[in-house]
Amino acid sequence: MSLHRVYGAGALHLLSTLAALAVAAYAFTRIFAGAQPANVVAWFAGALVAHDLIAFPLYTALDRLARGRRMRGVNYVRVPALLAGLSFIVFAPLILGLGDGRYERATTLSQDVYLGRWLLLCGALFAASALVYALRARRR
Amino acid sequence: MKRVAIVLPSPFRRECWRSPLRGPWLTSVLGAVLLAGIPIVAVTGLLSYAAYEPSLGRNNLIGDPGLLDFYVFSWPTSPSWLYALTQGLHVTVGIALVPIVLVKLWSAMPKLFEWPALRSPAHALERVSLALLVSSTLFQFATGILNAQLYYPWRFSFLAAHFYGAWVFLAAFVLHAVLKLPTMRRSLRQRRLLDELRRGLDETKPETGDSALIPAAPSAPTISRRGVLGLTGGASLGLLALTAGQSVGGPLREIALLAPHGRDLGSGPNDFQINKTAASVGITSAQTGDAWRLRVAGGPRPLELSRAQLLALPQHSYELTIACVEGWSTTQSWSGVRLRDLAAVAGVETFDELYVESVQRGGSFRRASLSVSQASDRRALLALRVNGADLSADHGYPARIVVPALPGVHCTKWVSLLEFRGTRA
Repeated sequence: MSLHRVYGAGALHLLSTLAALAVAAYAFTRIFAGAQPANVVAWFAGALVAHDLIAFPLYTALDRLARGRRMRGVNYVRVPALLAGLSFIVFAPLILGLGDGRYERATTLSQDVYLGRWLLLCGALFAASALVYALRARRR
Repeated sequence: MKRVAIVLPSPFRRECWRSPLRGPWLTSVLGAVLLAGIPIVAVTGLLSYAAYEPSLGRNNLIGDPGLLDFYVFSWPTSPSWLYALTQGLHVTVGIALVPIVLVKLWSAMPKLFEWPALRSPAHALERVSLALLVSSTLFQFATGILNAQLYYPWRFSFLAAHFYGAWVFLAAFVLHAVLKLPTMRRSLRQRRLLDELRRGLDETKPETGDSALIPAAPSAPTISRRGVLGLTGGASLGLLALTAGQSVGGPLREIALLAPHGRDLGSGPNDFQINKTAASVGITSAQTGDAWRLRVAGGPRPLELSRAQLLALPQHSYELTIACVEGWSTTQSWSGVRLRDLAAVAGVETFDELYVESVQRGGSFRRASLSVSQASDRRALLALRVNGADLSADHGYPARIVVPALPGVHCTKWVSLLEFRGTRA
């Protein structure tokens, strides 16, 4: 019986996959060596669950809600909303003031400014989108 | 016996995936961007590890030496902005890739729910490697981004987890690239990017072919393919603009609105970015006041020098960059005593390593070891002043290390001991 029939792909596929999995497994043993393995696993698995099973269905549902009613100009909402959401997830610790004051103690700077800056950024994004929408609607 | 029709929950049915934009071409375009961008982040990340000179003293902070924590060269001191460049790229390009990664995941999401879930042992192994790829990607981006904002909601060492997490990621990433390269090249040939950028919403049609990414029952498009690409690229550039200023400096710092170190601290000689204040690491004025002495050990003439004695030695000034592992940097005019002059005063001729210790009591970076080339560079200073003024407490008064291209955390502040090790008479 050929490898292809038993395995479902060629020898190169099998060997390269096994090589990658072995290196990854070794790297995991190194992370575990100096940590609580359960916490490391929770973070790796949690990242997968948080994105694939929570964030993805959530933003898909929100998007369906937005275009479900055949809303005109849905992209004028989508674009600034996506940019606002993206800047939020990337800078969430600063915006939400997380970290028990570690940032302020380390840098002498207040963390409070970031929420305001982010809100103003959101305001600017939505206002710019509204402006473009209004101008284009008028031209039509 | 009644036959029971098994109805799969909706995401496992192909009809559930309706976006007319999903398809191997779009996924391949995003994959090609990542194939160019990820190596920049990976290589600069590994270089950052090398820049810590982990073989010296207690510089290695990621546990016992293993097989993957190798590095092949000694970190240079020229150009002096080298670490600012490599680490600025690591953090800034990493953040700019976030939208590309997320849209790439969106585009390939039907694969997560493909049915039958396991077709063969090969398919099973590949799915395991894909799960590792996605989880390690998210892990690396999340830990790196949170670290840059000084937020540590986990119970493991960031350094070890981010370094070895990178190896999990690289193993899965290289495998994925190797296995999918033929598919990517084939898919990219199906459409020309320039043609696609000319097509508006009305001309946006689903991709054709037998790929599982192409929807079986596509809905009408609500955004053009060029719209998705433009939005992804625009989001990436937007994050770049919000971040790059903390590394590049100058007028760009003004628009780095959300970057943790993109802010202006004032116009005084000591008003530039601080990573650890004296108070945050428990430095008291008693430790750094008049009673402070610098011990210089390792030579035939161990010394204890006061700040006044150090100021009486020949002073040198250089424009040098402090570049932090968190991706920000700042260039200032530092002046003080050359480390190699201090070696000479202590009677040290040759040495293997310069071990530096701070008056700071706790913390991983209260000590650092410098290589011979780092300590012997003519611009390597025990800095006493900055921009014509005494160092402030937060910038390391009475004395700090400033060495060209040395990672910021190794530019030890509040220095109390310089020990030349491996000296020969």
